[in-house]
Amino acid sequence: MEVTISTAELLTTDGIPLKQSLRKAERRNKLRAFLLVFPLLLFIFVTFVMPIGDMLLRSVDDSQINSVFPNTFDEYKNWDKGADELPPEEVYKSLFFELANGDKRQIGKALTRMNYAKSGWKSLIKKTTREIKKIVKKGEEPVSYKDTFININKLWADPTYWYSFNQMVKDRSSIYYWNALDRTFDEEGDVVLQDEKRRMYIKTWLRTFKVSVYVTIFCLILGFPVAHLLANLPLRYSNLLMIFVLLPFWTSLLVRTTAWIVMLQQNGVINGILVWLGVISDDGRIQMVYNEVGTLIAMTQILLPFMILPLYSVMRVIPKSHMRAAQNLGAKPVTAFLRVYLPQTIPGISAGGLLVFVLAIGYFITPELVGGKDGKLIGSWIAYHLKTTLNWGLCAALGAILLGIMLIFYWLYNKIVGIDNIKLG
Amino acid sequence: MNDTSQSFVKFEKIDKSYDGEVLVVKNLNLDIAKGEFVTMLGPSGSGKTTTLMMLAGFETPTNGEIFLDTKPISKIPPYEREIGMVFQNYALFPHMTVAENLSFPLEVRKISKPDIKEKVQKALDMVELGNFGTRFPAQLSGGQQQRVALARALVFEPRLVLMDEPLGALDKNLREQMQYEIKHIHDRIGITVVYVTHDQSEALTMSNRIAVFNDGVVQQLSTPDILYEKPENSFVAKFIGENNTLNGVVREVNGSSCTVELDGGFGIVKALKINVNEVGEKTQLSIRPERVSIDNSASGSNNFSGKIEELIYLGDHIRARLDVCGNNEFIVKVPNEGSFNHKEGDELKLSWNSEDVRALDL
Repeated sequence: MEVTISTAELLTTDGIPLKQSLRKAERRNKLRAFLLVFPLLLFIFVTFVMPIGDMLLRSVDDSQINSVFPNTFDEYKNWDKGADELPPEEVYKSLFFELANGDKRQIGKALTRMNYAKSGWKSLIKKTTREIKKIVKKGEEPVSYKDTFININKLWADPTYWYSFNQMVKDRSSIYYWNALDRTFDEEGDVVLQDEKRRMYIKTWLRTFKVSVYVTIFCLILGFPVAHLLANLPLRYSNLLMIFVLLPFWTSLLVRTTAWIVMLQQNGVINGILVWLGVISDDGRIQMVYNEVGTLIAMTQILLPFMILPLYSVMRVIPKSHMRAAQNLGAKPVTAFLRVYLPQTIPGISAGGLLVFVLAIGYFITPELVGGKDGKLIGSWIAYHLKTTLNWGLCAALGAILLGIMLIFYWLYNKIVGIDNIKLG
Repeated sequence: MNDTSQSFVKFEKIDKSYDGEVLVVKNLNLDIAKGEFVTMLGPSGSGKTTTLMMLAGFETPTNGEIFLDTKPISKIPPYEREIGMVFQNYALFPHMTVAENLSFPLEVRKISKPDIKEKVQKALDMVELGNFGTRFPAQLSGGQQQRVALARALVFEPRLVLMDEPLGALDKNLREQMQYEIKHIHDRIGITVVYVTHDQSEALTMSNRIAVFNDGVVQQLSTPDILYEKPENSFVAKFIGENNTLNGVVREVNGSSCTVELDGGFGIVKALKINVNEVGEKTQLSIRPERVSIDNSASGSNNFSGKIEELIYLGDHIRARLDVCGNNEFIVKVPNEGSFNHKEGDELKLSWNSEDVRALDL
């Protein structure tokens, strides 16, 4: 028997190519599906994609200062640092006019940026601008702009100020990222460590990691048995237990956090009970809040449901017969648990772990309130720069690093566990 | 094989209650010989699965003792009982391959790697899944999963295999095929099997003996043929096979037979005295459909007539539903020999031997 495989395009009964006909038939459905998700897509774009894109841009943006001193920077690039100790006359001249004619608010903003590069810029330029405006008012034209500057303030003869321009002449700068890692540029434009007293970010990053890892582990240790109970108790008990698990969700975060302060502080409930029981003396009250311990306790409690719920949803569908089968096959309960039950909960463990870790790493309010000085996490610095110093570039860089870390974890997780294995419910 | 004096599994006065108010199993006494295939058959909630779970060690008897190979096993935890079990939904471990599932019982027994490999392959070959070792359970069809579960229950050479409705999730054709396969494996390796099902044809096909459960009590424990042909009470008669019933009152007892007057004055029936004792007692008569002859007035001692209510053509036979003596659910099976030419509404003459009518409890 001969079998012929037709390579010709398949046609419908009416002679239209099958694929074309199928596309036509499916088009309505596809359109409907698209219209249904369109509002959400739009919402996500406006509220998620755009702000994050803006943040990423801001973290490398250095264009503002370039728009304030365009000519100065152009001339600055012609300075041969090997040959001349100070920049050429043209640089001073450009700066003279740009300070004299520039918009006061824009210059103010640029000064803040210049101060990040080298402290002292702000006051130097402010004083100089005042003098320059006097000269312009008088209508004099200086013979040498360089000498004029140096006459106004002798710091203008200090090349280190000029060197700091180096890191600002481009529209894009990596300075905020280096700052976020306790590093800065030196006079040659090389990356160096900050002064010792200005190094605080690496320390905070490490603490953020440590706290996040501990919180994740504690949540797992505390949450696993609860999730197991939830999944195996008769319905009426498990419902009650579920309410206890969810109760924190219905209470304000602020209330819960302050409740922990009441519990943990030196004159708080726990210390009171311990003193009353005679476990500790009245002078030996334990400092449990306004430090890392407080942060750990409060964050573990607050993030616990995020571990329990994915675990529960996974455990609920593991048939009870599996443990029985394992024991029937000769495995002691411990072996049965380790080899049959535990591996099946891994999707829940990883989902819960990832969720808790990602939430913990960017946590802000709780560490801010109960963390004291040495329990603060990186989120506190972001808030500080956002509200107090208005150094949004640094904020954006810190945020972008946070985002990058999460993406790396996500990638690692996908490599090790596989993202298909995640199960949130 | 049926030598119960040397029983391998022995249930002695077993009671089981979950809540202290209702007995799920009442005074169960059951002996199973080595190599026997015993089925516990009964409707759901009759206590058969509970009995199996007590044997496996997942439930403790409230009273009484179970002996395995003459040793009491109530205090032995399930993982030391050396009893294989096929669960209702197979309970294959989804994160392990087929081969890993089968190695599991061997690994926990600390058997050497090469031995494990050999035994696993042997077990897989036995269920004709030799090439499926590297697959995961989810990649197998229902029937294949069933075989893996069977192989896993046998691979560590248990003393006894329990099966809890193992074929319940399969479709009809596959179920019948698997019935034969399980029976053949049992015949080949001669292991003792305790099987639980609510499907009577499954029980009849596979078992050496069947224990019919109802309401926590074993109603009858017999070989399939005796169970079908000689049911000892009306529950067994109704539960196994098709059964026609006629109610009446015992009028005369004569050795092993009796005479029963049907309710409603439809006449007198001669029957075997099985589960009735004295004159005046109410009784239910049981007659199998295939034991009723039609248009053959000479043969039987009991002659009646019935009106055809419904005829159903089933190929090899015609199923006739008749109204006989006030029972309009009276079934007669007529072999399709080509000579049957009655229509619905016709009167049929019926007869049966008095040895085929059993007077049971009501």
